[in-house]
Amino acid sequence: MNDMSNKWIGTRTIRPDGADKVTGRATYSADNTMPGMIWGKILRSPHAHARIKSIDTSKAEALPGVKAIVTAKDFVDFPLDKSVMLGIQDMRWMARNVMAKEKALFHGHPVAAVAAINEQVAAEACALIAVDYEVLPHAIEIEDAIKPDAPILHDWVQHEGKPSNIAGTMVLKTGDIEKGFAEADIIVERTFTTRPVHQGYIEPHACTVSHAADGRVTIWSSSQGQFMVRAMTALLTGIPQSNIRAIPAEIGGGFGAKTIVYLEPVAVLLSKKSGRPVKIVMSRDDVQRATGPAPGSLMTVKIGAKKDGTLVAAKGEFYLQAGGLPGSPLRGPVGCSFAAYAIPNILSTGYDVVSNRSKVAAYRAPGAPHGAFAAESVLDEIAEKLGIDPLDMRVRNSAKPGDKAIYGPNFGDVTFIETVDAIRKHPHYKAPLDKNPRPGVKRGRGVASGFWYNAGGESSVQVNITEDGNVVVTTGHPDVGGSRASIANVVAELLGIEHGRVNVIIGDTQTIGFSNLTGGSRVTFASAMVATSACEKVVAQLKDRAAKIWKIEAEAVKWEDGMALPAGDNAGKFPPLSLKDLAAKANEMGGPIGNQTQLNTTGADPGFATHCVDVEVDVDLGIVRVLRYTAAQDVGRALHPGYVEGQIQGGVVQGIGWALSEEYLYDKNGKVDNATFLDYRMPVCSDVPMIEALVIEIPNSKHPQGVRGVGEAPIVPPLAAIANAVYDALGKRFTALPMSPPKVVERLEQAD
Amino acid sequence: MTDIRYLAPTTVDEAVSAFAAATGAASILAGGTDLLVQMRSGVRKPGTIIDIKKIPALTAIEDLGGGAFRVGAAVSGAVLAEHKGFAKAWPGVLEAINLIGSKQVQGRASPGGNLCNSSPAGDSVPAMVAAGALVTIQGPNGKREIPVEAVPAGPGRTTLTPGEIVVSLTFPARPAGSSDAYLRMIPRTEMDIAVVGIGVNLTMEGGVVKAARVGLGAVAPTVLLVEAAAKALIGTKLDDAALEAAAAACRAACNPINDKRGTIVYRTKVAGVLLKRTAAIAAARAGGN
Ligand SMILES: Cc1cc2nc3c(=O)[nH]c(=O)nc-3n(C[C@H](O)[C@H](O)[C@H](O)COP(=O)(O)OP(=O)(O)OC[C@H]3O[C@@H](n4cnc5c(N)ncnc54)[C@H](O)[C@@H]3O)c2cc1C
Repeated sequence: MNDMSNKWIGTRTIRPDGADKVTGRATYSADNTMPGMIWGKILRSPHAHARIKSIDTSKAEALPGVKAIVTAKDFVDFPLDKSVMLGIQDMRWMARNVMAKEKALFHGHPVAAVAAINEQVAAEACALIAVDYEVLPHAIEIEDAIKPDAPILHDWVQHEGKPSNIAGTMVLKTGDIEKGFAEADIIVERTFTTRPVHQGYIEPHACTVSHAADGRVTIWSSSQGQFMVRAMTALLTGIPQSNIRAIPAEIGGGFGAKTIVYLEPVAVLLSKKSGRPVKIVMSRDDVQRATGPAPGSLMTVKIGAKKDGTLVAAKGEFYLQAGGLPGSPLRGPVGCSFAAYAIPNILSTGYDVVSNRSKVAAYRAPGAPHGAFAAESVLDEIAEKLGIDPLDMRVRNSAKPGDKAIYGPNFGDVTFIETVDAIRKHPHYKAPLDKNPRPGVKRGRGVASGFWYNAGGESSVQVNITEDGNVVVTTGHPDVGGSRASIANVVAELLGIEHGRVNVIIGDTQTIGFSNLTGGSRVTFASAMVATSACEKVVAQLKDRAAKIWKIEAEAVKWEDGMALPAGDNAGKFPPLSLKDLAAKANEMGGPIGNQTQLNTTGADPGFATHCVDVEVDVDLGIVRVLRYTAAQDVGRALHPGYVEGQIQGGVVQGIGWALSEEYLYDKNGKVDNATFLDYRMPVCSDVPMIEALVIEIPNSKHPQGVRGVGEAPIVPPLAAIANAVYDALGKRFTALPMSPPKVVERLEQAD
Repeated sequence: MTDIRYLAPTTVDEAVSAFAAATGAASILAGGTDLLVQMRSGVRKPGTIIDIKKIPALTAIEDLGGGAFRVGAAVSGAVLAEHKGFAKAWPGVLEAINLIGSKQVQGRASPGGNLCNSSPAGDSVPAMVAAGALVTIQGPNGKREIPVEAVPAGPGRTTLTPGEIVVSLTFPARPAGSSDAYLRMIPRTEMDIAVVGIGVNLTMEGGVVKAARVGLGAVAPTVLLVEAAAKALIGTKLDDAALEAAAAACRAACNPINDKRGTIVYRTKVAGVLLKRTAAIAAARAGGN
């Protein structure tokens, strides 16, 4: 294993889902229809913050064509004082996010849902639902939500003994922070802000649901986990998991935000009440208003160093927006910001701040890009003040194998320096940069690094040899970023057969064993691990069959190039038996050939990334453009290099949008004012250069194929790398994102 | 669901009488890149759609000689781009029209639609204002001709009276040494909406500006003809002082709002910056004409 001369692992095989996607055949969430199907529509709160005094649905129910209406009272009740967790999600908040209960907590919060014979009737019925709201003052931004006189969202939330919008804290520490700063020759402390950003997937949330008369439920929807859909729907509706079949559709992007449900439990209850299949499709407007962005943040980072660049102390205070209900990803900035560095004294604190905006959802390395923006900007400033090359400074301070990580465990391999070195040696870092190419134009270069935990977790796979001697592999993780292609490479390699003979599919909840979410950079890691194990067992079975046919010991058979061969003393005594031969004789020799493997996978060591970027600033217009971008990352082993590069490039592009243009804008009533792709400015193709991915392959010793998670680390460094490059160009630090044209112009007019 | 009637007349007279007969319940369809989007979002619900693309006069491009052109209101950006003569005569107008949307949108979007949609940020309008184009309008009471800048009345509103249709845009003849340019500020590189757009049309003689017109978009409820900026340029060699005076005139003309697409301060500053850049391009082109 980990043999770089592999035939399939590490090659750019054609993606199994490619043809369907480019010809428009792929079936996404919204593509499913059923006989007798009716349409669901969500009534959403027109207020940013309001108590729901009563909901009268009688007029809507009387409208011809209306088949069912649900409100919060139709869902399972999750009392506020009793936490019910599913993974990292608390069902008290999930239930209240899916359907507002006591209060509407943001503009667009669902308060009721209707199913009717068509979308128009459903919309008319929504307009007939009378909700009696007591409108309350609202707070959107962190700064406003943590003010002493801020409107309080939840009277059951207390912080330091007082009613507060700080719903939780997280503290990690090591050493003695005061002593650390006392030893420092230089200390830099800065406060940073970032705005919430949406994951920006092209496919809006949608589902079709059938609740049959016998109580069995089928759900067609795209998500990052059909098992998550089943489990959350079961919890919120009270239907047992054994009666819910969640079938994963092709997914048009999720980036973390499809790790929770919005529509499925609503559609199930509408279908149950109406006795008809129900389909609900969100509009882009719904998606932008009411589905999870990554949190905005308010962060203060203070780092102390010796004259030689040795870091001695680091302190971080990270306020993250949770949205209307608790649950921002504090472990991102609190645990990751300083994790790549061996700093003896650290105090890292996170605050979970609720405010009147949609509940945040996971977004690629949740919370880590925020923290890296702050910490890597401060490091850049320290390096500059000390006159040390910023990359040298990172090398000097890298964590070492065996060091205790701030978040708990001891590091195994630490491959941070390798990513820094890859950038140091790359022509990009050495290329001269004309900082004043034309009047009114300035250029600069910046670097930054990033750390992400990565994850393993539960994974199931079924490898079946078909009767004609080909292979069907079923895994339980939705394929968001190419996992089918990667697994096909692994299986073809291990069985020694042509890649085209392996067909990988994603099972539904009732056809494959439990598999955890496609998220946390875990899927290729986990599914390649179970697939390896299953293939090894299948090969053992095949050798066993051949041994029986030849009437020799199984140990005297080897498997090579997709064939059983007699080995040792028996070598050459029998003609080889191919997979096809053995499949043809399967029944005589003991039955079907195949294996199901299920594991809780471990050994997903963290990911490290270092990026280098050149920017150009049109000084008069304040426009920042990215000219060149190079991203180095240790990926363990790239099972399918095209997809690995795609992950790195995708993470960088999203980081560019986050740094330069994306933000939510609210009007004075707390309503999102830019809920469209026109005004919510994600980069378009022509905004970004070709991003060069430096794929470093240092096999992860804890994985049979050397795999290390890839998908999240690349979004961690870009915010800081770009801010550092803009500083290099303009001589001004930007501590607030996005660095959009009006803000750049404003900043240039400021004194410092 | 409500039914929509679709009509595709082949003469202007037919179109006008159908439009007038519908008394407000009809919408004109050129490329539909505004209309269909507005219908889908529920902003507009016409009972009748009158497609004007089957009317020859609306899709014709006529070379009138001496740099003068008559362009049918429904000619798409892509078709206009293929007309060599127009590209040479009015590069600024063409680049403004071709900035609308993407390749796909260009196959449909028309200057007439851009003008009649009456967004202050419409890209072709400042360039056509700078060009001094005349708009030929036909309605139940006959034909009339007005300057481009007289068409918009405010965001989404025009001065057209019920039943009136824009038939064509006429670009005047210009002396040798004339050219034009259009620039817009957008935060992205494409698929965005102008924060400021500016068209400059110059006639140069021996390096001196003989005639100038400046059209300024997205900084007021309607696209503006900035005569003070033109005055500041005429008679100069486009030296720094002249450009600064014209930029100041543009800034003074701005009456923008703070909105999600730009702040008052930013838009006003950008209007001045773009005036200088656009004038420089127009002058360079005029030098070659
Ligand atoms: C993806 C996308 C990107 C876009 N990007 C830009 C951009 O960058 N810049 C920009 O300025 N615009 C942009 N637009 C808006 C739109 O494409 C332009 O305004 C375009 O010029 C409209 O032309 P049309 O022929 O499609 O007009 P239509 O949609 O057919 O008509 C527009 C309006 O004018 C009326 N109308 C049309 N022709 C006449 C006529 N002859 N007489 C009377 N009334 C008439 C219609 O009833 C309608 O109200 C974009 C639109 C889309 C969908």
